[in-house]
Amino acid sequence: MMSIDLSVPGRLQAALTVGRGEFVGLVGPNGAGKTTLLRAALGLLPASGRRELAKAAFLPQMREIAWPMPVDLVVGLVGAGPAAVERAIVRMELQPLRHRRADALSGGEQARVLIARALAQEVPLLLADEPIAGLDPAAQIAAMEVFAEKAQAGAVVASIHDLGLAARFCTRLVVLAAGRVVADGPPSVLTPDLLAGVFGIRAWFRDTEDGPVFQPLSRVATLP
Amino acid sequence: MIALIPVVAVLFAASLLIGPAGIGLREAFLALGTGQGGDVALIMREIRLPRALLGVMVGGSLGLAGAAMQGWLRNPLAEPGLIGASSSAALGAVVALQSGLAASFALALPLMALGGALASVLLIAALAGPRGSAVVLILAGVAISAIGAALTSLLLSLSPNPYAVAEIVFWMMGSLADRSIVHVWLALPIMAAGAALLATTGRGLDALTLGEDAAATMGIPMRRLRICLIVGTAAVVGAATAVAGAVGFVGLVVPHLLRPWVQGVPSRLLPASALGGAAMVLAADIAVRLIAPDRDLKLGVLTALVGAPLFLHLIWKMRRGEA
Repeated sequence: MMSIDLSVPGRLQAALTVGRGEFVGLVGPNGAGKTTLLRAALGLLPASGRRELAKAAFLPQMREIAWPMPVDLVVGLVGAGPAAVERAIVRMELQPLRHRRADALSGGEQARVLIARALAQEVPLLLADEPIAGLDPAAQIAAMEVFAEKAQAGAVVASIHDLGLAARFCTRLVVLAAGRVVADGPPSVLTPDLLAGVFGIRAWFRDTEDGPVFQPLSRVATLP
Repeated sequence: MIALIPVVAVLFAASLLIGPAGIGLREAFLALGTGQGGDVALIMREIRLPRALLGVMVGGSLGLAGAAMQGWLRNPLAEPGLIGASSSAALGAVVALQSGLAASFALALPLMALGGALASVLLIAALAGPRGSAVVLILAGVAISAIGAALTSLLLSLSPNPYAVAEIVFWMMGSLADRSIVHVWLALPIMAAGAALLATTGRGLDALTLGEDAAATMGIPMRRLRICLIVGTAAVVGAATAVAGAVGFVGLVVPHLLRPWVQGVPSRLLPASALGGAAMVLAADIAVRLIAPDRDLKLGVLTALVGAPLFLHLIWKMRRGEA
């Protein structure tokens, strides 16, 4: 689905290969290079190296709907067929909003409209930059479920700050720090040492009968 | 949008029929069609037809360019003059008037104005570079506009000839009076080429609704889109300024006014706004003749006088919607 080995001087030096069926959670502290990696992978900023990508849809971090367009027209922007638009609207449960003005919706509702827009593109790969930030808990879980389902027929790479949701839904976590991949694997890569070293936190993390549960507890003292 | 076509057609016909020489409806169109009927045919074909045609062309150009600029910058305050083409075209025209070239050779003025618009495009391309973002281009456009306006003022203040100054000041107010069919033929190919370029931008402008990154990943060739927008806008605005002077507010107000009618979709706004611009300039040009038939009330003055309160009304409505 995606195979990159890219370098952006001073900001990123990372290789990543994503296969069919994977839902990759891109995690790391602020400024670790998550957005840079996604944008470089898509060719949106100049980077040297290799990048091979299946047809990809992108959800930028900046959510923008510039004009007073109704929701269904936004979802169908630039040539998605009516059937694809309908499927995306149903999948994101946007039927009650479909004739409302998209730019007048709340931030979380706009995020769902934009996710639907990306789904309506019906391409195998989805790259998303903090897609669940600002959503209510139910909408966050619903969005993660949509991505997990989408990944089954292709692949999803999403940068996520909520390590708990990432651990529960992603098939694989890629941890970035200072522009480099420092850990890559199943959610169990979030070891106490890694959490302290990369995120500066201590957390409670167990496999329970409800699935993996991750709860950050406190900051750890960082060395001066 | 379809509803605008008959509106433009009716205003076009009205523009042909209204003038100081009272000509009957049948007589007018007969003379226009056959070219027979002496003075009447002369008036219809040499005076009123160019004026009405230029009204459609100039208004359509400004409306189209305004919709394109607003779509590109995702900002309802954008207007066609933003990239500096209109002020550079004005500067070219002022040089022609000031140097006396315009007096010795009638087409010197529009040709110099077109030259000014072309120079602004080359300058903006050099300033912003191939990867320049919209913000860099706008800043370059603002700088070019400022230089154009400053040089125009410099020429005016240094002018030894008060008649030339008066002529320049009146020219800059914008008008469609006393233009000939030669002006139509001069502006038409340039406007058509520019409009053709802008017509290709609809899909890209739609995608830009979601921001530049999203548009680029939706398969929009951003560099080509930018070139089409700049060259297309400079062509239509430069040609409009060259034949009509500065006609303000059309490119700002018309897209704003029509946006709700096309559900905000930028690609639908392009043709709607071109028709709306044509309707507004035709109506304003008719009003100019009706309000003060013996005085030369300037078109640009009227569009600003009508446009500004309209704009205030829109702001008022927007404020109520937010409250």
